[in-house]
Amino acid sequence: MDKGVLATALGSPAPFGQSQFAFMRGNAFEAKVKADGGAELLRLLYERLGGSSAAPGPDVATPDLSAAGPEGRAARTALALREATAAGGWALLDHPMLALEVAGSPAYLEPDAVVVHPDGRWTVVEIKSFPMIDASAAAAKVGAAARQAAVYVLALERVAAVTEGAEVGHQVLLVCPKDFSNLPTASVVDVRKQRAVTRRQLTRLMRVEDIAAGLPEGTTFDPACAPEELDAAVAAVPPAYAPECLAACELAFHCRARSRAEGAVEALGRSVRGELGGLTTVAGVLAAAAGKEGDPADPTVAALRRAAALRAEALESAAGLRAEAPEAASVAGGGTPEGAAACR
Amino acid sequence: MSLITTLARLEAVDSGRAQPLATVRHRHLTDRPLVLVPLTTAGEAGAPLGALVGTDREAPRLLAVAQPRDRDLRFAFLAELAEAVLPHIEACADVVEPAERNETDPATGKKTKVEVELCLDAAQVIVPSRAGVEFVRLLGRSMRFRRTAEDNPDTPYPAPARVPLLGRWLTHYGERARVPGSSLLLASTDLLNRHWATGQSSLEDQHLGALLSWIDPPAGSSGAEAALRAELARDGEGQLLCPPAGPATDPDFDNRLLAPAIERYDRARTALASAEDGLAADARLGELSAAEREIRSLLARVMLPTWDAVWRGLDLLRQLPEGARAEDRWTRDRWSFTAHRDRVRSGEPPQPRRDDAVTAAQKLASRETAQAQLEAQEALDDPLVLAGRRLAGEAFLGTVSGVEMAYTESKRPSPRPLVTVRTDERPHLGERTKVYRSLDGKPQTAEFVRAEQETDQDGEILLVLRILDRMGRSKEPAPGSVPEPGERIAWTLFEHDQRGGPKLPDPEETPWTHGGPPGADAATRAEQPDPVTPEDLL
Repeated sequence: MDKGVLATALGSPAPFGQSQFAFMRGNAFEAKVKADGGAELLRLLYERLGGSSAAPGPDVATPDLSAAGPEGRAARTALALREATAAGGWALLDHPMLALEVAGSPAYLEPDAVVVHPDGRWTVVEIKSFPMIDASAAAAKVGAAARQAAVYVLALERVAAVTEGAEVGHQVLLVCPKDFSNLPTASVVDVRKQRAVTRRQLTRLMRVEDIAAGLPEGTTFDPACAPEELDAAVAAVPPAYAPECLAACELAFHCRARSRAEGAVEALGRSVRGELGGLTTVAGVLAAAAGKEGDPADPTVAALRRAAALRAEALESAAGLRAEAPEAASVAGGGTPEGAAACR
Repeated sequence: MSLITTLARLEAVDSGRAQPLATVRHRHLTDRPLVLVPLTTAGEAGAPLGALVGTDREAPRLLAVAQPRDRDLRFAFLAELAEAVLPHIEACADVVEPAERNETDPATGKKTKVEVELCLDAAQVIVPSRAGVEFVRLLGRSMRFRRTAEDNPDTPYPAPARVPLLGRWLTHYGERARVPGSSLLLASTDLLNRHWATGQSSLEDQHLGALLSWIDPPAGSSGAEAALRAELARDGEGQLLCPPAGPATDPDFDNRLLAPAIERYDRARTALASAEDGLAADARLGELSAAEREIRSLLARVMLPTWDAVWRGLDLLRQLPEGARAEDRWTRDRWSFTAHRDRVRSGEPPQPRRDDAVTAAQKLASRETAQAQLEAQEALDDPLVLAGRRLAGEAFLGTVSGVEMAYTESKRPSPRPLVTVRTDERPHLGERTKVYRSLDGKPQTAEFVRAEQETDQDGEILLVLRILDRMGRSKEPAPGSVPEPGERIAWTLFEHDQRGGPKLPDPEETPWTHGGPPGADAATRAEQPDPVTPEDLL
């Protein structure tokens, strides 16, 4: 299912897109790193993760991984990994294909490269085009790359489990342009934590069949349907919208509109929800703060009322005094009259 | 986010307009700030695409790079940027007032006052968003190690004359922007978010257009509707009506408009290079400048809405009176500005790529101090901020109900009056907890003695406080230094002024735990310019 098309059909098209400048640079950089049979890439890898093995020479194996269809390519990759491990030398797999079961259905993943060490260790290589300036890169981008690599590590582990003498390294190699140049530099990123988090999330994901079984008979997400029909179909799968979704999901604007229409407090951020205890709607919170609803013995309600009273008092005093004596305020050094009076 | 801020956001959702988070302006704004709206090329690290810059909202200066991969064009852009920004900085650097600074004599360890210059005003720079602040840092880093032909005639690809200097200044501004409460380099979104709570999440608040839509929605429309329009609405060509505030551009703009225009420019340039006679060259030169004009107008089109938005934001902020203590923080900015001016004038090398251990520790400590000071000053300046601290139990407002004189039991008794305060608040007071109030702008300290529970229906309690200082040297307290019954006073549990931490060792004495003193290799590690490759872009 293409969520982007679905979002457009629902009337909230996804705002994502990639600039061709970024796309071209990303491809050009990857091509440069992998030029000459990956000599530069292997040099960087050996420098940082070489261990006690001999340095990779010109005889690095670069198996051909082309095959028909993702299943075929995944099978070819597994075979190439087995052969390379058995051969006991360096091998570079350019764009291998890995399979991972997500929510009960197979997903195919394509890392930038996987390197097989002579000692049977497999290392995931992630090539990114954001710069590493003075040996540090933007934390958010490195984090995203680490999460992505962790998924590859998980998928590789499934292959390694049935391959004798193979082991997947939990340290991945991140290759980026150095400073403002186009020369590659690399850094080792430990993805044990991301791997553990992803693995836990994958086991907790509800299976697609189970979600589908819970839907009413005849539900379809065909974008050709009428928007109302689609809307009802999407609503049948309960969303859990939070502002973070906006950066990742094509349907986020649709979910946000629904979340706002319901007056859910999560639309303002996950932390807001935690702060407000059992109160989940904007109207509910405001009514509780105004003293119209809610149990005063509930600590959240009591705190809200107090916050509302303090806020109203402060705003009133500031507005009242500003209207009353603007010149007095300027005499007091431009400070608020209330603050000046209170802190005398 | 504190509960009181959350409440303001919920009120904004309900009313469809942003709600105030402050009753005064907590950042100093100069009369002539320099607004800088930069754009960068997607995917490239140091390839600016264009900028609008200037101090006059009616006359922005448009700088554009027709082909961001061409080093000469990029250098021309940076040289032009230097010509736009440096005069603004230098105008402030030359107007000074005499000031005094405490200095420790390294030989005797005595503190002496030294007469120094302090710039009367510092040059303020405003960018649209936080990403813009980061971009200023990045520009600074990319320029400050460049060499000009004058520095070293053998430098490959020498930079235009004033580019390294601009790099050093932008680095300083970017670094200063990390100090809480500083106003040398400000992001418009940060400024607005400090003073208003919108009905959207803080993530969405990073969109300048959406943020302004909440604060000042167009007539007949709610903040939420206007913000959605700012986020998503596109014109007939599929371009955003409210382009991103940069430095990143909208991918649709890149793909549909900019890339074809750059391609036309490249073609015109190749055609010009292959022109065979003067007449043909003239015609092709015309095509080339037409292609360049087209790129300039495209860039202007996506930058102008942001330019206007930044100025509109400044207008909104200027409607708030400035907080009393914002001036004090601005003075610190002026000191920082003056210090950098002196470093540049004395010919010191550019800021290093990485700070040494001592400098890093100093920076961290000063930022922590600035953060604590900012929090205290904002609460003292603004009853609405104080309300948040009162809710958290870190401050309280009370009416003085009685004053009882008491003295210390020493040979020369000093006054230690006991003040009883009636309040309905429940501050987190323990025995001998220090509380502070502002007395003529200076903090007066008191300590908590005991609470007397009163069982009236208002839930008010009586707190007994012992005043400790600021009463003069004589036996009788100086007039006005002891609260009078009936006075309503704000007490805080946090200190008003921040003391600096312990003194750090000199760099030569860096302990081994922190890398040890800079050894003999310090000279060889001196900052070298970035190595350049014939083609530094892809």
